[in-house]
Amino acid sequence: MSVTSEADLVRQDAATLSSALSAGDITSVEVTQACLNRISAVDGTIHAFLHVDADAALATAQDVDRRRAAGEELGRLAGVPLALKDVLTMRGVPTTCGSRILEGWRPPYDSTIVERLRAADVVILGKTNMDEFAMGSSTEHSGYGPTRNPWDVERIPGGSGGGSAAALAAFEAPLAIGTDTGGSIRQPASVTGTVGVKPTYGAVSRYGLVALASSLDQAGPCARSVMDAALLHEVIAGYDPRDSTSINAPVPDVVAGAGNGDIRGMRIGLVRELSGEGYQPGVRESFDKAVAMLTDLGAEVVEVSCPHFDYALGAYYLILPSEASSNLARFDGMRYGLRAGDNGEASVEEVMSRTREVGFGAEVKRRIMLGTYALSSGYYDAYYGQAQKVRTLISRDFAAAFETVDVLVSPTTPTTAFKIGEKVDDPLAMYLNDIATIPVNLAGNCAMSVPIGLAREDDLPVGLQIMAPAQTDDRLYRVGAALEQALLDKRGHALIEEVPAL
Amino acid sequence: MAHITREQVQHLAHLARLELTDEETAHYTDQLSAIVEAVERVSEVAADDIPPTSHPVPMTNVFREDVARPGLDRADVQAGAPSWEDDRFRVPRILDED
Repeated sequence: MSVTSEADLVRQDAATLSSALSAGDITSVEVTQACLNRISAVDGTIHAFLHVDADAALATAQDVDRRRAAGEELGRLAGVPLALKDVLTMRGVPTTCGSRILEGWRPPYDSTIVERLRAADVVILGKTNMDEFAMGSSTEHSGYGPTRNPWDVERIPGGSGGGSAAALAAFEAPLAIGTDTGGSIRQPASVTGTVGVKPTYGAVSRYGLVALASSLDQAGPCARSVMDAALLHEVIAGYDPRDSTSINAPVPDVVAGAGNGDIRGMRIGLVRELSGEGYQPGVRESFDKAVAMLTDLGAEVVEVSCPHFDYALGAYYLILPSEASSNLARFDGMRYGLRAGDNGEASVEEVMSRTREVGFGAEVKRRIMLGTYALSSGYYDAYYGQAQKVRTLISRDFAAAFETVDVLVSPTTPTTAFKIGEKVDDPLAMYLNDIATIPVNLAGNCAMSVPIGLAREDDLPVGLQIMAPAQTDDRLYRVGAALEQALLDKRGHALIEEVPAL
Repeated sequence: MAHITREQVQHLAHLARLELTDEETAHYTDQLSAIVEAVERVSEVAADDIPPTSHPVPMTNVFREDVARPGLDRADVQAGAPSWEDDRFRVPRILDED
């Protein structure tokens, strides 16, 4: 790699940086400093970060450089910088989940993901902005102000992991960690022209991931290329006895999948229910072109019906709030985080209610009440109970589809990035952003969003979603790599190169 | 059709320990009604013979080795506490006056 400037350095992908670092062409301190300088230069506009851990990042980089110079054998991502979603605990580093209720809280322990990143010598730059407790699709529900989309700073970067996606698209970091409960990795990836993967449920430990909906939450890799996502996936996935839902089985070889990209003879299903009405014309057009590419690459594309996907949104917005209302009961102002109204007179109940009123934002309160309603006696069977049955039907739809095809595809999102403020107080309109991503979370299998072009009407990125059966995450990377290469051949450069200068 | 009343929202807010303002209560009354109306479609398809799924990976009785491991560092926990007294969390009174 010939790196002529810092501006050049921040645009490189992780795989390229990794090679240059191990060849001794660059140092981790150089690349880390370049990212930190880039953050200083553009994050005032983008607001991808809630906390930048510059000193610790540079100290890690120095340590990696020293050990590399001493001839130590290091992992592939050693010395490569990364942005961490603020929903994962990191010992001694502020972790807010985008909420005022956790402002200033410094966790006394590392999440398993952070432990694994540290063990791999990845340089953690800081914590990224998100919708409060991961509830949202635009990052506007952050308690600390919205993140802006580098493609158009008047628009949303998706959510809840808008900070992680924007950090990639603004060249502030080559890698990021996201979490995906209903699309919070894939939808931001789609609207920022980046790659995002929701691994199979249980593939990546949830220990230290502040819970939104425990049966749906899954952390995963965010990157600017399919191979980078695979390299990060490999680092963070694997069995963890501290998460009782962790899968005790080998991680599929995702790096081999990303390095393969041969989809000849692969059977690919188009989900009939995830198309048509409600999808922006430019999104449909880009999607159709990408599907034609898959056929050209030798895949066999057929239409598949998953009839119960039409009910996924309803089931999700009963199951998620139910689990969230229970999980968020821990924020009571007693042991950590904010406490409000403790005047020596008020009772514990009054202090709790006051704290939660002041500390939580509008969307969090909305979902807590919705969940409380869905779980309350007299309504439980009609709402939560029925939603759990729909969940079974959706899993059966996937199982039936995967009997005839290897993977399913759809547009990741119905539209490109919308304007900041457009849907912030219209919950139903906001929820529709996740219509194509939610079924995978309900069934627990895996999916990726990969950029496929720009929509004709607004020149904004469009993503294609690939869905595969549980524990076949490598297939996502194979199809993703094939599409990425085809698009690169067609455009002559990666789509991400077209992000306007900030 | 679901219609959530103002009184129901107040009750839910109490159950969820949220001290809502009057304005919020009115706003959420409208929004929650609309959301519940949109999601109650789930009852159209889920028949009695369909088993519920609570979790995507069916696992029961997951145990770990019975090995002691260190807990959280006391000083760290204290540093994160909103109020601390005599080496313990200080909490407001837990009983009401009446």
